[in-house]
Amino acid sequence: MMNKLTDFNRRNFIKAAGALGALSLAPHAMSMGKKPAMGRVVVVGGGYAGASAAKYIRMWSMGGIEVVVVEPHAQFVSCPMSNLVIGGSQQIDDLTFGYDLLKQNHGIQWVQDTVIGINPSAKKVMMQRGELTYDRLIVAPGVDFVYDRLPQLQTMEAQQQIPHAWKAGWQTVNLRKQLEAMPDGGVFVITIPHAPFRCPPGPYERICQVAHYFKTHKPKNKIIVLDANAEIISKKGLFTKAWANYYADIIDYRPNSEVVSVDVATKTVMTEFERVKADVLNVIPTQHAGKVAKMAGLLASDYPWCEVDFLSYESKEVSNVHVIGDSVASGLPKSAHIATSQARVCASAVVELMQGRGPDPAPVFANTCYSFIDDKQAMHVANVYRYDAAKKIMVSAEGGGVSLIPSEKEGAYAKAWAHNIWSDTLT
Amino acid sequence: MKTFILNLILISSVVLPSLGNAAEDFSYTAQALHIRTLAASCSACHGTNGNAVKSGAEFDATTLAGLEKPYIEQRLLDFRSGVRPATVMHQHAKGLTLNEISLLAGYFSHQKVVKQTMPPSQVLKAVNDE
Repeated sequence: MMNKLTDFNRRNFIKAAGALGALSLAPHAMSMGKKPAMGRVVVVGGGYAGASAAKYIRMWSMGGIEVVVVEPHAQFVSCPMSNLVIGGSQQIDDLTFGYDLLKQNHGIQWVQDTVIGINPSAKKVMMQRGELTYDRLIVAPGVDFVYDRLPQLQTMEAQQQIPHAWKAGWQTVNLRKQLEAMPDGGVFVITIPHAPFRCPPGPYERICQVAHYFKTHKPKNKIIVLDANAEIISKKGLFTKAWANYYADIIDYRPNSEVVSVDVATKTVMTEFERVKADVLNVIPTQHAGKVAKMAGLLASDYPWCEVDFLSYESKEVSNVHVIGDSVASGLPKSAHIATSQARVCASAVVELMQGRGPDPAPVFANTCYSFIDDKQAMHVANVYRYDAAKKIMVSAEGGGVSLIPSEKEGAYAKAWAHNIWSDTLT
Repeated sequence: MKTFILNLILISSVVLPSLGNAAEDFSYTAQALHIRTLAASCSACHGTNGNAVKSGAEFDATTLAGLEKPYIEQRLLDFRSGVRPATVMHQHAKGLTLNEISLLAGYFSHQKVVKQTMPPSQVLKAVNDE
């Protein structure tokens, strides 16, 4: 099954090829199952980055490149908007989707399995139930949590008591249920790791969501924020104002407060300076590149993120292997929009490289990131990022910035953003 | 020969469904590559190839596909200069070059209007995630 867009491209393909008397090329591009004309790309990870890369490689190669996605989960659960589940204005099922339309519309091969090893010299991906060879590999494993300093939080049992809820799913639901079960007069403690981590404004948005729920349902409850960073690391002015304007009596923000240990049974957190007991405790752990990045040898010694060439997202460590999304050491916010933008620059480059041509020498892309301060009002940061040929990194272009104030209008914009990025990534 | 054909195909699908002379096409290809990824990064709000989802919610983003090139270009220029007040778009338009604005307007004006849908939402299955 191909959608209208692909049909359109296929017709163009035939028209263009036919105009040159080269119809013999067409069957290669359109057949599935036979050896593909331009080769095979394996994408590890079906999140925002991986799913987008798979779709756009199929679109831009007009079906000439075979794409196989390996993803362990049957469902896609969106991290963007998941703080609203914690606040109570959205349900987890509103953010949960399947991959069927993406697969069908674009002829993407899909393997639901877990990667257990990668052999770059043999260009092979090993999974629990089989293996795949590739011409190029795209690794989009998201983030993984580091429990070196908090080993007591590693187990599933501990995480049922103290969820991170930093990958949307059952932990999100669990945290919401714990907040619902709190008596009025309790303390919610949230801890924030050192940057960089997935979704820089995410913890501060979450604090707004919990504060909104407390203000409207449990007005005697308090929130203590233990932030390892010296200050709010994203939309600082806007969050500071929103907290002062709406939640001044609820939020107690403590910067430079890194968690050094946790007592699971009593939900007590220790920092270097103090001991804080919670009724509901949300520890957001320190993060690094997803496991598969390490398996593929994409990490330089002791550095937790993957270094890439920003023209193609090819790894600096391993050739023919690309990395996109939150695992990349980009210096840019680890947002869903940036993950998809990186995915498309990578997809475009891969389509070119697999035809013996070079990528765009000066990629440019945009990022828009909304945060909700209650159930209706949101605020944004928007930037264009441009490749700097001298520094060889993506840098912020002129003119970017944040909202003047949060508003219901931007709340509606944020929902439209979600609808469109879900549609773009998953259909 | 194969590369040449693929270049033409790329151009025909990405920029214009017409075939020009070879020299122009090769220079166009670099621009086509640049604009297809830049335009695609607009899809987070404006949908795949500028076709925004019509969700029936209180606000739907503008569908850019198939709008007249001069209209899109003028809008972006007005956002960029501040003539037209905006909530978000002035910050994006200011980050673009005049050439990118012109090429983006051309790109979206040539996109076919296609109905974009949301993926249907599902009940979260009982899997213990990390």
